[in-house]
Amino acid sequence: MSGAEGSPTARPLARRALLWAPLGLAAAGGIGFWAMLRGMKDGSYDPRGVPSALLGKPAPRLALPPLEGVETPGFQPEALATGGPVLVNFWASWCVPCVIEHPQLMALQARGVRLLGVNYKDKAPEAGRFLRQHGNPFSALVVDAEGRAGIDYGLYGVPETYLVDGGGIVRWRWAGPMTPDTVSAELEPLLRRHA
Amino acid sequence: MIPELGHFALALALALALAQSVLPLVGAQRGEARLMAAGAGLATGVLIAVAAAFAALLWSFAENDTTVSAVVQNSHSAKPMLYKLAGAWGNHEGSMVLWVLILALCGGAVALFGRGLPGALRARVLAILGMIAVGFLAFILATSNPFTRVWPPAVDGQGLNPVLQDPGLAFHPPLLYLGYVGTAVTFAFAIAALIEGRVDAAWGRWVRPWALASWSFLTLGIALGSWWAYYELGWGGYWFWDPVENASLLPWLAGCALLHSAIVVEKREALKTWSIFLAILAFSMSLLGTFLVRSGVLNSVHAFANDPERGVFILALLFITVGGAFALFAWRAPALMPTGIFAPLSREGALVLNNLLLCTVAAVVLAGTLYPMFADLMLKAKISVGPPFYQATVFPLALPLILAMAAGPLMAWKRARAWPVLQRLWWVALVALGVIALVWLVQGRPVLPALGFGAACWLILAAFVDVAERIALFSRPRAAFARARGLPRAAWGGAVAHAGFGISLLGMAGMGLATQALVNVRPGQSVPLAGYEFRLDGVGDVVGPNFTARRATVTVLRDGAVVTVLTPERRNFPLARQTTTEAAIHTTWASDLYAVMGEEENGVATLRLHHNPLAPWIWLGGAVMALGGGISLSDRRARVGAPARRRAAAEAEA
Repeated sequence: MSGAEGSPTARPLARRALLWAPLGLAAAGGIGFWAMLRGMKDGSYDPRGVPSALLGKPAPRLALPPLEGVETPGFQPEALATGGPVLVNFWASWCVPCVIEHPQLMALQARGVRLLGVNYKDKAPEAGRFLRQHGNPFSALVVDAEGRAGIDYGLYGVPETYLVDGGGIVRWRWAGPMTPDTVSAELEPLLRRHA
Repeated sequence: MIPELGHFALALALALALAQSVLPLVGAQRGEARLMAAGAGLATGVLIAVAAAFAALLWSFAENDTTVSAVVQNSHSAKPMLYKLAGAWGNHEGSMVLWVLILALCGGAVALFGRGLPGALRARVLAILGMIAVGFLAFILATSNPFTRVWPPAVDGQGLNPVLQDPGLAFHPPLLYLGYVGTAVTFAFAIAALIEGRVDAAWGRWVRPWALASWSFLTLGIALGSWWAYYELGWGGYWFWDPVENASLLPWLAGCALLHSAIVVEKREALKTWSIFLAILAFSMSLLGTFLVRSGVLNSVHAFANDPERGVFILALLFITVGGAFALFAWRAPALMPTGIFAPLSREGALVLNNLLLCTVAAVVLAGTLYPMFADLMLKAKISVGPPFYQATVFPLALPLILAMAAGPLMAWKRARAWPVLQRLWWVALVALGVIALVWLVQGRPVLPALGFGAACWLILAAFVDVAERIALFSRPRAAFARARGLPRAAWGGAVAHAGFGISLLGMAGMGLATQALVNVRPGQSVPLAGYEFRLDGVGDVVGPNFTARRATVTVLRDGAVVTVLTPERRNFPLARQTTTEAAIHTTWASDLYAVMGEEENGVATLRLHHNPLAPWIWLGGAVMALGGGISLSDRRARVGAPARRRAAAEAEA
């Protein structure tokens, strides 16, 4: 715009069109925002919910090594389709919200829910120390040191949890720490349905 | 009774603001001096009414009036007085009243100090400010009344979010709002100029102090917010590229560009259309931030209220203001023909480059902030745009900006030559390159911190060269002091602000070398970090006014000698049922020693320890930048320049 102003020879028509551009952009943005607000009212737009493209699709294979220094075994890629629901939990020792989420994982494990842990972009000794300190809720554990599986799953961040049903199909995804409310309001009905 | 008076005062303010937005405008169109003059009185009336409403709100919070809904939700009798008062603007409703109060203050300032302005321009500016006030007062009265009563009264309040109980945060919103609302004044000047169809040097001279003041307050507000996040949230970082942080950065960038382009308008009568555009853009960005934070369309730690109704109202305001302004812009801007011509290699050329780069940065940040929301809406894809995006896009743009920032002030107006500038800066460039090489050799780590140190040296030394040249420090050192006193404050201000940015960069580069460790230790154990020894002496209980806490005592030693004792806390607020961490920070100015306390289990405490080199300089640099703005604002020309056009206009009329 400053260029057009600097040269008086710029074609007046192009210059006029350029002056309308901000209004056009602002209008487009406004329509978008309006659609968001409409969507928030009827529930089709939810800035907090993070649905996954994987919902209803087979869970990506997790061909990853086990976590060293911990007795928990790794698991085979086939372990995701076991006939019963499985929670796949991405976590890391450097992740502060994981500490908040941990009691819920421990409670789920105590109730007999199978938890597969994916230790994400972490160092093995620190991950081991984290589990010794806070307890180990996982029945199997693998390491995703480079974040490859995170890309396959479309990870939003850590912690993040997927519910995979007995047929290996992703049924639910939760980005961020699961609170007691999340578990009782969202996860438990699904666990019952897919049990 | 008092809350009802407050409510009434708001309604009264709305009525006065309606009159303020109509009468002076009609007067200016018809050339009726009496109608035009009504603007000043009405603006003062709005100010008094809004101030009364705000006082009533403060009174309700100070008295802990539990029949007022906002008090019940956000306050508690056990809170210290400062936070009771800060609670008045620590929530959605109260912060809107503060917003309007500051807007009314700006209107009052234009009415009182704008006597030097031509009558029609002042009338139109006041009318535009009145319209904005009408919009926001209607918003408050229709959707967010801060004086809503509850009956029966609650026994006591539910307490303010304990994270917000902090002096830094008590003053962060007012400073930020001063900055946001300041953009409303430059916006009003821009619209008035579009209506008049005239932008001249005098216009640039009037707009510049407002742009400067708004930019300085925004700088202070952003720096304070960033500092608060650093020491209160305990994450150890200073900027997270959170959408709400970006929302405050956008008007800052636009305001920064306006500040510089207004200089060109004043000196060279060029960049007129562009400056008008920037003034509209800066206010649009302020409003956009308000919309994003308060409508609930984005998911952020800062988000205020999740009420689509409010969102619709703000969007309507946004639509009328921004849409109306840009439509007027497209219609009227062709009338504003540039009179000056300029060469690419000149001070104004450098300022154009500065504007282009600043606006590109703003566009990138805007795209990064809005893209996830629009991707969600249109592609149904949840995407998060995080620091890596901004690092990859903003840093490459910042580099040429920093290079040009140093050279620009050394160039002459109209037509400059490259050689004299290079001649004055070659040793600065050598020092900067030396610093880059040195840091890179010593640290052997990512190149970005090294570049940051080099860029910081480049900026600070170039600002020094700028001042030294102007006062002839080296060529005629004896007269230098006298010349320094005679140097315009605007020149000092510019140099100080540029150096302040360099100081901030120094801190950011230092933070690029920060180290941290998450450790589990028993009392008596110690951990090494960055050449220091952190020893946990013990963990004890502490009782505060409205919280209980676990406090760790960590002694920091260097070579066996005690450097400091850090006492990070985990505070538990029983009323808010919330736990917060209080980071303990010891600064040596060369670095911060920073400790956060985590969970405890079986006598083992989790501690997060940080060593943050040069961290305090980030915010100190922000303060220096704002100081530069203040010095420039005190320039004689900013104060006495205003009557120039009136005289010229009077002569023209005569």
